[in-house]
Amino acid sequence: MIDKTLASVADAVADTEDGATVAVAGFGAAGSPVELLHALIEQGAKKLTVINNNAGNGKVGLASLIASGRVAKMICSFPRSAGSVVFPDLYRAGKIDLEVVPQGTLAERLRAAGAGIPAFYTPTSVGTPLADGKETRDFDGKTYVMEPWLRADIALIKADVADTHGNLIYNMTARNFAPIMCMAATTTIVQAREIVDPGSINPETVVTPGIFVDRVIHVPNPEHEDDLLRAARSYP
Amino acid sequence: MSWTPDEMAARAALDIPNGAYVNLGIGMPERVADFVPEGRTFVYHSENGLLGMGPEPAETERDPDLINAGKKPVSLNPGASFFHHADSFAMIRGGHIDYCVLGAMQVAQNGDLANWSTGAEDAIPAVGGAMDLVAGVKTIYIVTRHTTKDGEPKLVETCTYPLTGLGVVKRIYTDLAVVAVLENGFKLVETAPGVAADEVRKKTAAPLA
Repeated sequence: MIDKTLASVADAVADTEDGATVAVAGFGAAGSPVELLHALIEQGAKKLTVINNNAGNGKVGLASLIASGRVAKMICSFPRSAGSVVFPDLYRAGKIDLEVVPQGTLAERLRAAGAGIPAFYTPTSVGTPLADGKETRDFDGKTYVMEPWLRADIALIKADVADTHGNLIYNMTARNFAPIMCMAATTTIVQAREIVDPGSINPETVVTPGIFVDRVIHVPNPEHEDDLLRAARSYP
Repeated sequence: MSWTPDEMAARAALDIPNGAYVNLGIGMPERVADFVPEGRTFVYHSENGLLGMGPEPAETERDPDLINAGKKPVSLNPGASFFHHADSFAMIRGGHIDYCVLGAMQVAQNGDLANWSTGAEDAIPAVGGAMDLVAGVKTIYIVTRHTTKDGEPKLVETCTYPLTGLGVVKRIYTDLAVVAVLENGFKLVETAPGVAADEVRKKTAAPLA
């Protein structure tokens, strides 16, 4: 019998090591695994490198992990968004590193990691400051820049429905980076609103196959980061 | 009489054909969706994994898991689909999106675009999907005021701000004119009602044929 479920979000992140690279799903508030992020704050791992499209909103979830001083480096495409207050202050104070990656390159670097492809050539960023110092090569008369895969030690994912094998379905645009982060991480940890028996999800509708998932935790009434931001909540 | 932002967006919409797959940048370009010419249907792509994006719904029908790339609530048009970020940017980079309308800080006469950073020392760099869009979408249109708030031309010989992409812009829709970017530089296509070609040239920092 295969059963990837664990009892709590605390159990799921308990073995996170200092210096780990953590891929955090979500685009803005949609798909942000708030309960897993708060569990990681409680767990206490330090010097983390975090991959996310943004750099946290308000003072909850990813922003509160950053505010807790546990994040040494952010890898993201757009760290400057409305409601992003924690990251800009730390960045200007020189207390956190930033690697800015074009959004599509960020996605493809994660996908490549999951697919076992160590690097690829892309037209994105050619001739711009973000290609400075990177290897380029011409194909069919056009210049492309080489980008490396982006592997993670753990991925924190929010799914709508999971089965005990780790097959996942997401909710609308909360899907965003989650499927490719599931692929890119050594250990993929999923909080799911509903957990069902194998066979309950139509195989035709599975978005992330369970092979990319290691741990599943039932979080039946997940906090939506959007609601927390509206209520101006902060964590802890 | 120069064009208003709505009129600029409407003018750009006229140059997008029926059935096009379209990505609209945040801000003024988003208004293009309000001025789709009679008889045409565009399919809107949003970078965060949505094709067939519809307009902002009523307050009571919003879902925080249904948002656009600007993180605003949106709705679904019939025929919509969801997909993950790598597929979304495969659509962009792979040349499957037909038109993209973006804002600009500067456009050079060779089509170079600067629209993501002023390069200021204290600025926090943030690029989002702009570089992917200009590298991959078949046709890039720009909707922007002809000059900055301080009256500096945005259509220039060479961009001084950090570039987003090289030679990518096809047309620019400003409050004063429609300007095409051709192999030999800027060409004036049309002026706003009551705006003289000389005024457009005076406010353009590059030759305008």
